[in-house]
Amino acid sequence: MTDVSLPDAEITLGRLADKLRGAAAFDAKLVGIHSGGAWLAERLAQMLPGEHPLGSIDVSFYRDDYAQKGLRAKLATTTLPFEVEGSHIILVDDVLYTGRSVRAAINEIFDYGRPQSIELAVLIDRGGRELPIEAKYVGARLAVARDLSIALQRRPDGSLELSLEPAGSAAGA
Amino acid sequence: MRNPQLNADGQLQHLLTLEGLPPEVIGRILDTAVPFVSIAERDVKKVPLLRGKTVFNLFFENSTRTRTTFEIAAKRLSADVINLNIGVSSTTKGETLLDTIDNLVAMNADMFIVRHGQSGAPHLIAQHLSAANRSHIHVVNAGDGRHGHPTQGLLDLFTIRHYKRDFHGLTVAIVGDVLHSRVARSLIHGLTTLGTAEVRVIGPQTLLPTAVESLGVRVLHDMREGLVGCDVVVMLRLQNERMKGSLLPSAGEFFRHYGLTVDKLKLAKPDAIVMHPGPMNRGVEIDSAVADGRHSVILPQVTFGIAVRMAVMSILAGN
Amino acid sequence: MKIEIRNGRVIDPRHGLDRNTTLYIAAGKVAALDDAPAGWHANRVLDAAGLVVCPGLIDVSARLREPGFEYKATLDSEMAAAIAGGVTSLACPPDTDPPLDEPGLVQMLKHRARSLNGAHVYPIGALTVGLKGETITEMGELTEAGCIAFSHADAALADTQVLFRALQYAATFGYRVWLRAQDASLARGGVAHDGEVATRLGLPAIPAFAETIALDTIFELVRATGVRVHLARLSSHEGVARVRAAKKAGLPVTCDVAIHHVHLCDVDIGWFNAHCHLVPPLRGTRDRAALRAGLADGTIDLICSDHTPVDDDAKQLPFAEAEPGATGLELLLPLTLKWAREEALPLSAALARVTAEPARVLGLESGHLGPGADADVCVFDPDAHWRVEPSALRSQGKNTPFLGFELPGKVRYTLVGGHVVHES
Repeated sequence: MTDVSLPDAEITLGRLADKLRGAAAFDAKLVGIHSGGAWLAERLAQMLPGEHPLGSIDVSFYRDDYAQKGLRAKLATTTLPFEVEGSHIILVDDVLYTGRSVRAAINEIFDYGRPQSIELAVLIDRGGRELPIEAKYVGARLAVARDLSIALQRRPDGSLELSLEPAGSAAGA
Repeated sequence: MRNPQLNADGQLQHLLTLEGLPPEVIGRILDTAVPFVSIAERDVKKVPLLRGKTVFNLFFENSTRTRTTFEIAAKRLSADVINLNIGVSSTTKGETLLDTIDNLVAMNADMFIVRHGQSGAPHLIAQHLSAANRSHIHVVNAGDGRHGHPTQGLLDLFTIRHYKRDFHGLTVAIVGDVLHSRVARSLIHGLTTLGTAEVRVIGPQTLLPTAVESLGVRVLHDMREGLVGCDVVVMLRLQNERMKGSLLPSAGEFFRHYGLTVDKLKLAKPDAIVMHPGPMNRGVEIDSAVADGRHSVILPQVTFGIAVRMAVMSILAGN
Repeated sequence: MKIEIRNGRVIDPRHGLDRNTTLYIAAGKVAALDDAPAGWHANRVLDAAGLVVCPGLIDVSARLREPGFEYKATLDSEMAAAIAGGVTSLACPPDTDPPLDEPGLVQMLKHRARSLNGAHVYPIGALTVGLKGETITEMGELTEAGCIAFSHADAALADTQVLFRALQYAATFGYRVWLRAQDASLARGGVAHDGEVATRLGLPAIPAFAETIALDTIFELVRATGVRVHLARLSSHEGVARVRAAKKAGLPVTCDVAIHHVHLCDVDIGWFNAHCHLVPPLRGTRDRAALRAGLADGTIDLICSDHTPVDDDAKQLPFAEAEPGATGLELLLPLTLKWAREEALPLSAALARVTAEPARVLGLESGHLGPGADADVCVFDPDAHWRVEPSALRSQGKNTPFLGFELPGKVRYTLVGGHVVHES
């Protein structure tokens, strides 16, 4: 379901890449939060100059809503194929909302080692923060009703698109 | 009669047996174990899922191995673990099984890992908790009498899936003392549920249970015949007390007929894997050359065992 | 005391009676049927409209747990349970503590029972001292004290020579011997029927041939000694077949089945329900079908409750460790009715199995309502259903696999020796 007021994902990704280009460390690792953030990180790795090792994080084991919702049905494996200790990491996510996913991701990264720095890059910032977390690089800012969630999808040809779904579906945090 | 392992919403509340578990439930446990395998490879092997939860390892039967793997698994989930080694006979303590449970419940237990010498003990505990309105406390069967050892069954399934991908074309042989084996029973249930093409049990008549075919297996007494074309060979441990007396004359004779040697293994498929729940009796069920050889996945089973138990506990605690 | 039981459906299996009529009781005996005796003035009239009036039930195996097991049940509670179940005579096995191997113990038990003004109690004496299977008991003295037969209860009698001598001795004096057909060594350690269910549940098992091998031994010894043997608690289809053949060959044997085995089989163990831990074990569906067929064709003479009250603590254990047995005095009638309905049996034929036939096997004059018979009567509502719950049972033993079941048959009045001892 697409809404005409949603920005185009590909264009927004271009804007995000522009902001990162030249600002991000040349050897920064791009770590995407599964699944949308991971797709974005893959694309950004191609779009930014230099070598940016790629990682992906599944935050299921670090979420703060385990007691209420239990373990998610579909789990991916966190893969950080580089030395986390002392590295500059750019954490990538599709939608920044309450900030809880990012909190979980940061905790998880620290269980792999002590990074030199972590910066946050997000495609969409929809406000509504419940934790003191901000992104350094933002593709676009949007306000969306509480009962809706913004999801990033990847089309068969690899291109990305944004859609609106009723809140409570798998995406968005 | 509703499966006592599932709550009213059909979610797994206890892990008591693999019998009657839908393949999706088994599949989910195996899928959940995958990320836990890689957690074991990093420096900080913990995740915070069970932080603040108290897990009691209630072992009425001695087993340092199994108890240790559960302890490691629970600690890697950040749970507090208490080990209780209760004497074999509860009457020597004067406290009944259920009294022991009630006392631990009063100490705010969240999960019981139970190993007991009698079939049905974990079921009794789960039922007792349910009757006392304590259904939020989860019971994991770590082995009850001859009946079941579901986490072992699951880690065996995980191991097979890791090396062989799909169960539908597989021939799996389980060799040895099936009569007394909870490992065999659990594995048989798991394999048949996941659609394994053929499950064979191989052993002398004295060590095979009555009507075992009703579990969905093919019975063979000749090991050479039974190994032909196998993708997976699972060797069961032969306990000391079975090695003489009316069931078997000696360990030597058992090895002669049912021990896995390099020679016999050649009858199986060239890429067959060899498994054993441990601890092994080298020279009784299995030759050292096989145990340490290229077909053996016995050590990976141990690693997978921790991940599978972490998966079980984290799924249960979240329900 | 003159009691009139009016307009009930009077069923007396021994005399082939089944009609709506009135029963007249005086001086502890059945005075008349249909028409009142001359000069009749009833002290009490019981309205039996819509109810069945039959001989009081005779339960050939009910453990009263005294002496020795008073924490499980007492004579007071179990005698109350008996009359609540419409049972007016019962035989109790000798496995008390100490076992009934001394005349003094038997006398004390009979005396205690009599003082409770309930059902008639017929003790079965121990066949060997202490039920140890070594020395035979003083059967003469025990008979004089009131034993109506001798048995080994569920204790093993492994030494065939001892068994042989015991049967020879009993045969000499015409004593009846009750035996459970179970080979002790084959049954050793087993708690469930050796079949699919025990294999799946991982329970140590007792093969059916533990019963058939024992039956063959017993039949040979019966042939050799001429002793009258009653086979207690048949459990397997092969066992039924053996008994059928033995009876056809003219052997003086009778046999019974416990009401639980008429209804349940090993599948009912479900997830280790310890209430289904029974001796003999519940066997397979084929065995249950054979037991029912055996009852229908008379191979099996009678049904008993095998009443065995067990304290809660002893049942709330893993299956194999739980004490075997089920409470049954109050369930014998309802479960017999349930069986009769399922098999579409005439009520009279079904009731015969718990009245006339037990009387015959025990050698009692009772179990019928002919003129001059002891007025031991059960008046029940065959259509009233009740839920089996601990609070509904008078027995101290609440251990039954039928907890939660709705069963037909509510006893309204029980009379022993012409006195109303129970009403509800």
